[in-house]
Amino acid sequence: MGRFTEYSVIGRTLPTENTPEPKLYRMRIFAPNEVVAKSRYWYYLRQLKKAKKANGEIVAINVIHEKKPLKVKNFAIWLRYDSRSGTHNMVKEFRALSRAEAVEAMYQDMAARHRARFRNVQILRVAEIEKKEDIRRPYIKQLLEPGLKFPLPHRRTKSKAWYAANRPVSGFHPIHSSHDYMLPGLKLVYPISNKMMNVLYWVNGLIKAVD
Amino acid sequence: MVQSTFKRFVEVGRVVLVNDGPSAGNLAVIVEIIDHNRALIDGPTTSVPRQAFPYRNLILTPYTLASLPRGAGNGAVKKAFEKAGVLEKWQSSGWAKKLAARQQRKNASDFDRFQIQLAKKSRRDDVRKAYIKEKKASA
Repeated sequence: MGRFTEYSVIGRTLPTENTPEPKLYRMRIFAPNEVVAKSRYWYYLRQLKKAKKANGEIVAINVIHEKKPLKVKNFAIWLRYDSRSGTHNMVKEFRALSRAEAVEAMYQDMAARHRARFRNVQILRVAEIEKKEDIRRPYIKQLLEPGLKFPLPHRRTKSKAWYAANRPVSGFHPIHSSHDYMLPGLKLVYPISNKMMNVLYWVNGLIKAVD
Repeated sequence: MVQSTFKRFVEVGRVVLVNDGPSAGNLAVIVEIIDHNRALIDGPTTSVPRQAFPYRNLILTPYTLASLPRGAGNGAVKKAFEKAGVLEKWQSSGWAKKLAARQQRKNASDFDRFQIQLAKKSRRDDVRKAYIKEKKASA
């Protein structure tokens, strides 16, 4: 499933002689496109009401846009999903700029952690958590600490050229495998710079000379 | 106490170099940390619109805007950015000059490269002449 959009879908059963003005039902559906949104609408509606696509119609389908798409918000998503052995309820928290973005992250997360597909996950509720105290999950709490900062220790610079003259290096103290060398009986617990390496070679030479 | 080897951190107020997308090569400021992969960045004076950006495509610079509050607005970021004089510091840095030079070299036409070739030749000639002169004088 691609990028998600939030739709407001309104539909009803077809009017009959007995019910010339059938009730309208509105749903907020997260879907990659309108077709899927409408499909999901009928899926949910026929579970909740005696209505189905064969004798019903979609009255309106509109995109719900995020009110403040440049504000970082914390969302809680209540969901129900079918695992391979049963049905489970869950509350997950996400930090995102929009509801749709949070839902997208949720589907990715469910796919990654539980191998759950789009069809196995039903969203019960998506709500912004206004107060910091109401946040339950430590993985979101840690991002709200005042004065939060962290380094980026593992960088991988990509060569823009088709062919690279040198191998890519990612660590902050890169050691090549041929330099992966240590004194006998000395445990290497951290990567050693080239300068240190030369010192070690020199020391090792002295030890050999004494022997 | 163990001293950390890290000098540049992802933090609110950190000036970053955008490395990808339409605003690549411009400076921006981290306004808020979204999660472990993305931050909200903004560059009002460098024409980088406020947007979520992955750290993967950002390079941390040594500059920070101290005491920039979390989630500061466009105007506040602009003010702090100008007050800290980051842009001047950046433009006078070797890093920025190197990037600019690289860009210039990339955009050079065939004739430009020919002119550079001639200029280099004449420079080599000048150096050679000066060297010989010096050698004769000392001999």
